[in-house]
Amino acid sequence: MKVKHVIERVMNTVFFICGMVSIAAVLLITIYMVIAGLPAILEIGPIDFLLGQVWQSTAADPKFGILPFIMTSVWGTLGAVVIGVPIGLCTAIFLSKLAPPKLAAIVHPAVELLAGIPSVVYGLIGMMVLVPGVMNLFDLKSGSTLLTAILVLAVMILPSIISVSETALRAVPPEYEEASLGLGATWIETVCKVSVPAAKSGIAAGVVLGVGRAIGEAMAVMMVAGNVANMPGLFKSVRFLTTAVASEMSYAADGSLQKQALFSIGLILFIFIMLINLLLGRILKKGAATK
Amino acid sequence: MLDNAKPQPILESKNLHLYYGETEALKGIDMKIGKNEITALIGPSGCGKSTFLKTLNRMNDLIPSVRITGEVTLQGKDIFSPDVDVTALRRQVGMVFQKPNPFPMSIYDNIAYGPRLHGNHSKHELDEIVENALRGAALWDEVKDRLKKSALGLSGGQQQRLCIARALAVQPDVLLMDEPTSALDPGSTLRIEDLMAELKKNYTVVIVTHNMQQATRISDKTAFFLVGELIEFGDTKQIFTNPHEKKTEDYITGRFG
Repeated sequence: MKVKHVIERVMNTVFFICGMVSIAAVLLITIYMVIAGLPAILEIGPIDFLLGQVWQSTAADPKFGILPFIMTSVWGTLGAVVIGVPIGLCTAIFLSKLAPPKLAAIVHPAVELLAGIPSVVYGLIGMMVLVPGVMNLFDLKSGSTLLTAILVLAVMILPSIISVSETALRAVPPEYEEASLGLGATWIETVCKVSVPAAKSGIAAGVVLGVGRAIGEAMAVMMVAGNVANMPGLFKSVRFLTTAVASEMSYAADGSLQKQALFSIGLILFIFIMLINLLLGRILKKGAATK
Repeated sequence: MLDNAKPQPILESKNLHLYYGETEALKGIDMKIGKNEITALIGPSGCGKSTFLKTLNRMNDLIPSVRITGEVTLQGKDIFSPDVDVTALRRQVGMVFQKPNPFPMSIYDNIAYGPRLHGNHSKHELDEIVENALRGAALWDEVKDRLKKSALGLSGGQQQRLCIARALAVQPDVLLMDEPTSALDPGSTLRIEDLMAELKKNYTVVIVTHNMQQATRISDKTAFFLVGELIEFGDTKQIFTNPHEKKTEDYITGRFG
């Protein structure tokens, strides 16, 4: 009896410590990001930093305005959502409600595979196929544009949108669908007017997860977006928040304002992701409350 | 008004067989269901009464392995005929399910769902349909001030009456009810039984019930099913006081089931 009691206590402590590790990691990262990111923002001035339109970190008179990166990240993510959400949602509807089981058994693993492809591979394919494709199609000097990055991101966010939406759609009680059919609705009408609205909080969660993935993606967009610190335009070469950090970090001198500013960009990105996660939590909570 | 007139059969099944894969769930059912009557289907679990009910508006079509032979006619027309529009059939033969299943929408939108589906989007007409349907289901007074609130906030009994109202809103001729009170408390059950007596004036009702007192209280005709066969079908009074079949007698006196 006593031994059992001791084991119980020990195991409890083990689980507790493991639980604390992730909390500690989040806390430490948050604290470090603020410590590392804040000084440069204060030195440059929050307004000049956030709203400045020129980024010349290595010029004799350096300028550290990150508005181009912020706007590129916002527009790039929005674009990916505009393209990716309809396709992803329709795929999820198809998989959960319409596809014959045999076909679903092929498409489903394909979607999962899509999620497992490393982002550098997306970047490579984007470079080889989309960059020349966009260049020729729109008759541009270079195909490395915001549009190309949007297309790559749209594909990259598909798996999260599809799998989360599909799960939500499958969880819709069949009684709802029976009721609709019993009133003389066709199957498609039932899916569109009952199943999708009933699964809306799950679908929204999938979209937000996709947004999180798109805004945090660095490697693939670095390879296809041209990486020039322009204010965003669909056919301009652009630089995202993520790629701004990644592309200069390797050569920025330790302790320089440039390096500190890169950390500040990281902090801004971190805040973006935090906001998205907060939003996700609220959506899921709201969904649970209406069930 | 027509109390003494002989009711016309509105639904009729002839030699109806239904198979789930290899299993024969209905073994040649012949039954005539009279207009403006309440017909109760009774029998032990798995006897085929719910299956028979769901055949009447072809809800069984949703199960892939189901095969049906024989005939069911609605007002003389075979409902399995290839030129029958299933959605139109289901509009004519509405259904209320065992578990109250309002949509996760407002009370108003639940009722308006059917009419909107069939192309009615006039606010004025929908308001009228919603009110009439809710009055028809004896729910109007309880919900008239919160039509825009979620239907999921209603009690179980209210939800079931909402489902009845939702079925009424598409103006069916026949209402199928699959154990509509089995998930409800006694008070709510009584309200729904009272409601059925009202509904009879305008609709034909076919109800599956496990509760034999309920069958005697509300129905005009009773059909007793046992392992896929229709053992006995007749006036409720006769079935419960003077059954012709031994098996019926055994069941209603509680010897099995």
